[in-house]
Amino acid sequence: MSAVDVPGETAAGAPAEATADAGVTGVTVDRESCCGAGQCVLAAPAVFAQSEEDGLVVLLDPNPPAELRDAVRRAQSYCPSRSVTVR
Amino acid sequence: MTQRSEFSGYPVDTGYPVDSGLPEVPIRRTCPFDPSPELAGLRTARPVARAVMPLDGSEVWLVTGHDLVRRMLADPRWSSSVDGGLGEDRPLRLKQPEPGMFIEMDGPEHARYRRMLIPHFTVQRTNRLRPRIEQIVAERLDAMERLPRPVDLVAEFALPVPSLVICELLGMPYEERAGFQEAARALVRLDSPAGETEAALDRLAGHLAKLIAAKRAEPDGALIGELVREGVLTDGELVQISMLLLVAGHETTANMLGLGTLLLLRHPDQLALVRQGAPGAADELLRYLSIIDAVMFRGAKEDLTLGGQRIRAGEFGLASLGAANRDPALCEDPDRLDVTRPRTAHVALGFGPHQCLGQNLARLELEVALQALLRRFPGLRAAVPLEEVSIREDAAIHGVDSLPVTW
Ligand code: HEM
Ligand code: SF4
Repeated sequence: MSAVDVPGETAAGAPAEATADAGVTGVTVDRESCCGAGQCVLAAPAVFAQSEEDGLVVLLDPNPPAELRDAVRRAQSYCPSRSVTVR
Repeated sequence: MTQRSEFSGYPVDTGYPVDSGLPEVPIRRTCPFDPSPELAGLRTARPVARAVMPLDGSEVWLVTGHDLVRRMLADPRWSSSVDGGLGEDRPLRLKQPEPGMFIEMDGPEHARYRRMLIPHFTVQRTNRLRPRIEQIVAERLDAMERLPRPVDLVAEFALPVPSLVICELLGMPYEERAGFQEAARALVRLDSPAGETEAALDRLAGHLAKLIAAKRAEPDGALIGELVREGVLTDGELVQISMLLLVAGHETTANMLGLGTLLLLRHPDQLALVRQGAPGAADELLRYLSIIDAVMFRGAKEDLTLGGQRIRAGEFGLASLGAANRDPALCEDPDRLDVTRPRTAHVALGFGPHQCLGQNLARLELEVALQALLRRFPGLRAAVPLEEVSIREDAAIHGVDSLPVTW
C-alpha cells in the first residue's frame, strides 16, 4: 500500500497493516451500512459489484489473490460508509 | 503554538493566532481555483477551530484536516437536518426536513429514501447512460459551432449539458425540456433576485407535478416512472426528490465544467492529457477545485470529541472540503494539479452516508464533456483575460458566471 493511495489510514483508525507480504486473507462487506456509492467497484471491480436489484454492494470474491490486495485496501479506504473490512 | 493531544495525536487549540480573534466563515477564496491560504494555516494549527459567522454572530466549529473531515462526515452523531447558514441572516438551527428531501435527513429516515434511489445510480446503471450523454454533448457542441464567436461556454455548454442529462434521467418528455431547463436555470443561478428565484421554483414544481402525473398515467423505465411503479412515494415526496436531484446535479456539474475548463486553459500540459483521455482527470479536477467548500454544515446531536476538541450537543460544525482536499496527509504535493496522479481519497463528493449519490454520473459527465469539448475545439481559448472572467465569489458553489471562449 502506498502512502499516496491510501492516506491517513493509521490516523483514521483503520486496522493495522496485515503482515507485510501475506495475501488478503479475507474481505467482508456490510450491506446494512452500505450507501451504494460504488467506490469499492471503482477500486476493485474483480472483488466488488453493486447488485442490479438494490444497488448495494455484492462481494464477488471474499478471498482475493495477493495481487489485488492494494486495490482492496483502496476500496476499504474510499468506502464512505466504512462497509468494507479487510482482514 | 500547538501541542499534540495525548489521546488523539491531533494538534490541540492553544489559542493561535492569539490576537486575531476568531476566523470568520465563509473564508473567501482569493483565487478562484484555490481554497484560501488561511485555511491551510488553520489546518496546521487548529484543524478543529472555533469560527464565527459574521452575518448573525453565531459560532461554528470549522474542520479543516482531511482525516477529521472524514471522521465528522461519517459520524452519525452529527445531523444533516440543518437550517440557515451562509448568505442567510438567520442563525443555524436544526430543522424538520420536507418529506423526500433526504439530503437533510439522518439515520433510517435518510436510508429509506436513499435506498430507493441507489439502484438508479450504480456504476453499471450509470454507464448505460453513456451513449445518451455523448449524444447530448455532441449536440451542444454542434450548436456552439454555429454561433458567432466568442461563445459563452457556461450558457451554451456547461449549464445545458447537466440539465439535459437530468431530463434524461428523470424521463422528462422532449416537449417539456425547454421550459424545464429555463426554470431550472433561473433557480440555480443564485445571483438572480429573490423574487425571481421563487417564481422559478414555482414554475419548476409545476413542470415536475406534470411529469409525475404523466408517469402515474403511463410509467416508463426512467427514474420517476420506476418510482411511481413501485408505488410507495407520494406526489409531494416525488417532487422533492426530483427537485433535489436537479439542484444537486445541475449547478455542481455545470460549475465543474466551467471552472474546470478555465483551470485547464491555464495548464496546457494538463489540458493535453485530458484531451488524450487521462482516466483520473475528473477526480483530480474535483479534488483540486473543491467547488463545494463552504456549505457542509452539520449539527451535533450529542456531546462528542473531534480532534481533541469537546463539542457539545446543539453546536454546529462546518467541514471544509477544500482544506481537506489540499491536506498534505491526503497526497503528495496537494497544491499541484496532476491529472495523472493515482486516485486519492478526496472528499469533493463528501463522505459518509450522504456521499454524493450522483457521483458516478458526475464523473461520467465530466469525462465525456471535457474530452469532447477539447477534441472538437483544439484551439479553445478564453476570449477575455482571466481578470475579466466573472467569478462567483459569494456563491455556495464555486464557479464562473460566464466564460467567453473562442477557438
Ligand atoms: C459534479 C459535481 C458534483 C459534486 C462536486 C457533488 C458534490 C456533492 C456533495 C459534496 C454531496 C454531499 C452533501 C452532504 O453531505 O450534505 C452531494 C450529495 C448529493 N449529490 Fe452530488 N455532486 C455532484 C454531482 C451530482 C450529480 C450529477 C447528481 C445527480 C444527478 C448529484 C446528486 C446528489 C444527491 C442526490 C446528493 C444527496 C445524497 C444524500 O444525501 O444521501 N450530485 N453531492
Ligand atoms: S464503497 Fe462502500 S458504500 Fe459504496 S457500494 Fe461499496 S460498500 Fe457500499
